[in-house]
Amino acid sequence: MITYLFIFLAVLAVASALAMVINKNTVNSALFLVLNMVSLAGMYLLLEAQFLAVIQILVYAGAIMVLFLFVIMLLNVDEEQSLFNKFRIKYFVAFLLGVGVFSQILYSIGSFSDTLPVVSEKMAEMGTVEAVGDVLYTDYLLPFEITAILLTAAVVGALIVAQLKIKPATEE
Amino acid sequence: MISIDWYLALSAILFTIGIIGVLIRKNAIVIFMCVELMLNAVNLTLISFSSHYGNVDGQILVFFSLAVAAAEAVVGLAIIIAIFRNNLSVDISRVNLLRW
Repeated sequence: MITYLFIFLAVLAVASALAMVINKNTVNSALFLVLNMVSLAGMYLLLEAQFLAVIQILVYAGAIMVLFLFVIMLLNVDEEQSLFNKFRIKYFVAFLLGVGVFSQILYSIGSFSDTLPVVSEKMAEMGTVEAVGDVLYTDYLLPFEITAILLTAAVVGALIVAQLKIKPATEE
Repeated sequence: MISIDWYLALSAILFTIGIIGVLIRKNAIVIFMCVELMLNAVNLTLISFSSHYGNVDGQILVFFSLAVAAAEAVVGLAIIIAIFRNNLSVDISRVNLLRW
């Protein structure tokens, strides 16, 4: 059962990621990214990280993607040309670079794959809110508070950058 | 129970799709979404290791990574809006002030 769920979610995640990259309409890309994030949240449930699955949907698929859609709506971007109507050397180089990185990652996964210790199923309750919060508010209290400062700084920075009046370039 | 290798392979595939998207797209918003995809792939790696070792620290790291991703999205979208104001397009091939 878990295997079938994994295969379903994995196919969904990869297909929606590909569709996001290929689609030429920006709004459709954003919606495919939402689908991708929801399938990754299902993946987290399979890995028994319930708290992070909920947070993934709330923060990523909810807040961040709504922000993206708002910006797309505000900017009213014109559509690009279709990606594949003519072959460009750039796509080929990009594909080669991607394959290079992919094979590096696979090589490093494969080389340590047998050395991982086999850890068994003692952690069924590991990803609950209680377990995560227990560690978060004791061992990681200082990083947690610093995150608050980081978020405040990001909000202030975003306000300043977005409000900045750019002087029209004067010809000299 | 699925072996951890499959989760890592899925994460590698998603990361690679993100890289290729960053390299071939010209729309700044789509490039930004590809960066988010890569962040998600790394989060999947962290959670699968955390689940494999039965150690909750990886999940805490993902929590912080989510907070940083939210901050990054806010600042990045503000920069995209500033770029749009400056040259009425989000096509990054038209942002060429520092390019030779």
